[in-house]
Amino acid sequence: MSSQTPDTRKPDVIVIGSGLHGCSTALHLSMRGVKVLVLEKDHVARHASGVNAGGVRQLGRHVAEVPLTVASMALWHRIGELVDDDCGFESHGQLKVAESEAELAGLEARAAELRALGFGHEEVIGQAELRALVPAIADHCVGALISRGDGAAIPFRTTFAFRRKAIALGARFEEGAGVARVSRSGGVWSVETTAGDRHEAPVLVNCAGAWADRIAAQLGEPVPLEVIAPMLMITARVPPFIKPVVGAAGRTLSFKQFPNGTVLIGGGLLGHAVRDENRTELDFSQVSVNARTVWDLFPVMRGATIVRSWAGIEARMPDQIPVIGPSGTQPGVFHAFGFSAHGFQLGPIVGRITADLITAGATDLPIDAFRIGRFAA
Amino acid sequence: MSDRAMSAPDFDLAVIGSGPAGLAAAALAAGRGLSTVLLDEQPEAGGQIYRAITDTPVRDRRVLGPDYWHGAELLGPLRDSGAAHWPGSTVWSVARPREDRPGDRRLQIGLSRDGAARMLSVRHVLMATGALERPFPIPGWTLPGVLGAGAAQILLKTSGLVPSGRVVLAGTGPLLWLLAWQYLRAGAALDAILDTTPRANWRAALPLLPAFLRSPYLGKGAKLLLEVRRKVKVVDGVTELRAEGEGKLAAVVYRRGDGAEQRIAADTLLLHHGVVPNLNLANATGCAQQWDETQRCWRPTTDSWGATSVEGVSLAGDGAGIGGALAAEQAGRIAALDVLHRLGRIDRAARDRAAVPHREALERALRGRQFLDTLYRPADVFRAPADDTIVCRCEEITAGAVREAVRLGCSGPNQAKSFLRCGMGPCQGRLCGPTVTEVIAAERGVSPAEVGYYRLRPPVKPITLAELAALPKTEADIDAVLKH
Repeated sequence: MSSQTPDTRKPDVIVIGSGLHGCSTALHLSMRGVKVLVLEKDHVARHASGVNAGGVRQLGRHVAEVPLTVASMALWHRIGELVDDDCGFESHGQLKVAESEAELAGLEARAAELRALGFGHEEVIGQAELRALVPAIADHCVGALISRGDGAAIPFRTTFAFRRKAIALGARFEEGAGVARVSRSGGVWSVETTAGDRHEAPVLVNCAGAWADRIAAQLGEPVPLEVIAPMLMITARVPPFIKPVVGAAGRTLSFKQFPNGTVLIGGGLLGHAVRDENRTELDFSQVSVNARTVWDLFPVMRGATIVRSWAGIEARMPDQIPVIGPSGTQPGVFHAFGFSAHGFQLGPIVGRITADLITAGATDLPIDAFRIGRFAA
Repeated sequence: MSDRAMSAPDFDLAVIGSGPAGLAAAALAAGRGLSTVLLDEQPEAGGQIYRAITDTPVRDRRVLGPDYWHGAELLGPLRDSGAAHWPGSTVWSVARPREDRPGDRRLQIGLSRDGAARMLSVRHVLMATGALERPFPIPGWTLPGVLGAGAAQILLKTSGLVPSGRVVLAGTGPLLWLLAWQYLRAGAALDAILDTTPRANWRAALPLLPAFLRSPYLGKGAKLLLEVRRKVKVVDGVTELRAEGEGKLAAVVYRRGDGAEQRIAADTLLLHHGVVPNLNLANATGCAQQWDETQRCWRPTTDSWGATSVEGVSLAGDGAGIGGALAAEQAGRIAALDVLHRLGRIDRAARDRAAVPHREALERALRGRQFLDTLYRPADVFRAPADDTIVCRCEEITAGAVREAVRLGCSGPNQAKSFLRCGMGPCQGRLCGPTVTEVIAAERGVSPAEVGYYRLRPPVKPITLAELAALPKTEADIDAVLKH
């Protein structure tokens, strides 16, 4: 790097944050020949992108996210072509189980709502098919909503693969470089880092996750971002018994078995995030509720051994959908954050959308619902 | 706020671990009026060093030796102190609950006992979690027939078991020689001891010899070494080591420097190159830790009273840095005095006064320690093994895979964990953490202090889903998570 002159290293775009969305943005921009510098306060995939449940899920999303999730799923099914790594992605479907006829009716209404919007990826299945797909499910479950193209991937490996491919295409990453101050002069953004460096670029992308509100506030557009710590736990290996990822209609659950036999249990029950210390605390009364749900839905799991539990630090917006799109107050600034504990599957497409916005000024996917201005008083 | 948080804590003090530090601390604290519970996962008190001290079948006292039987002297004071003793209690979490109020600092302990999990609330936690054997990864160390010398010694203490067939000991450090001596006393035959102590260590240790000459270890150690060397073939200066066999150990292969490879047929290979602090619980509790270059290990950061960076959590004994059983006992008493002070039972002056004899005894017990640390520092090649050696046994990750992850951009154990799953198995890094740190540091050409250690998470010991599901929950806990 020292052999290069400073001029050739000057980026066109500075991306703040190297979670999956920052890495994906860097990748899509690099694919178009844009020079990208990614600034990361810790290390790549240190927080939500590295420790989430890895669900690659279209099922049950907010209707505003449905066009994006469908487009992202197309990318997931060819993820190896995008990042030269299969990211551990496996597609055995995701289902949401109904424990009563009333819950099943609710799932039928949901499927009908999506069909009316022109999307057919969510279908209701009855008890017989549920049992065929998930033989271990408890007897009282009456049916489920299924999205057959869904699946799961390995989060850290995925984010790392996006980073690796972006670097291969010319992107630069600086780890241990938190953003101390952002300012603008002469049509150029200047970012001072906690490492003491200063970087300039005409375009800035805010992918700072649970810290994105601090960047947005510096840009004069504060957002009501809540810092949360969704908890997960994992079992020792058990013989393979389930392929799809299973959730529940009436309870908080995400349940899946990895190819190595370990079972991941989560779904969004919250611990406590200590954002300024990069730390989370677990709440075992909540973990216990999660364990109870598994006890009820998967009797076969009652003797399983829990070997570890953890929580990641994530951003949640009041309306549970992310902020994606241009700044409402500043030229040359774009946001992609606040994925509210379900951003992993959207990673591949959101990077493309942001790259579209930067290089073409528009995107072909509907993102109006995600504009940052929705929080302006 | 739950009723649980409003009521009085279950105990003033929980001491976790009933080795020398825990036994001495619990006895002192309870004897001076703190309501104290001593928790330990084993069925009997004693920890690893005094394992099975109450019921070992090895009744001939000459076999395990007087240092072992000293442990029995710690049991009477514990019984007389009135401390509650809960053996068979596996602690899997220590945390400060969120509804904590200023002025009512308390900690919540998650533990399993008799197949049921429960939460225990206390005002102070004193961790006396002791030491673990430093992982000794060589090619073939996962073969049946290869085990740690410490594990073998536990079998001797608890069951009077000595290995049959052809037995080889390999490595470095006092425990290796002690075990050999105990086996000989118990009538076992040893085929060879392969000493991996690097020759250069002698030069480094020599300046520290004067302190060692005044240490309590000297006389005992020299006698023991001589006796073992007289009776067993000892090969010094071993620089390469591997275990071979199909499905189980058949031979130990070794080399000395540039010499030819040698092969010894063996049914049992006992490996040892020192112990490191068992820091998993402190780490998962959020206690700050530091790299100890002399002992070549991570240890939780403590002040001279054993207080950690987490308020209400102290640490005593080998879990805070290796000092041996006699030092641990004194450190336990010193930490207990500080707890008495922190909980308002004695003032600072009384604490300091009472600690004086224990500090003197501690200093005596630590005399010569640096000499041992330096002399028995394991060789680089055994701390950061060759590429084809498995380092993470749970996930079968090799040293080569860790090095490859470093080349791809993993800069520390946590990234390697996320990338490779090493350290994610049931042992929570106990068997690979020190090695992964060393391999990454060597590959990057930096100190282990810079690459860090795993962030560990509760449960630090596995618990069953059934136990977890049965933890007491309030209606509010359940309502809070129903979606509608």
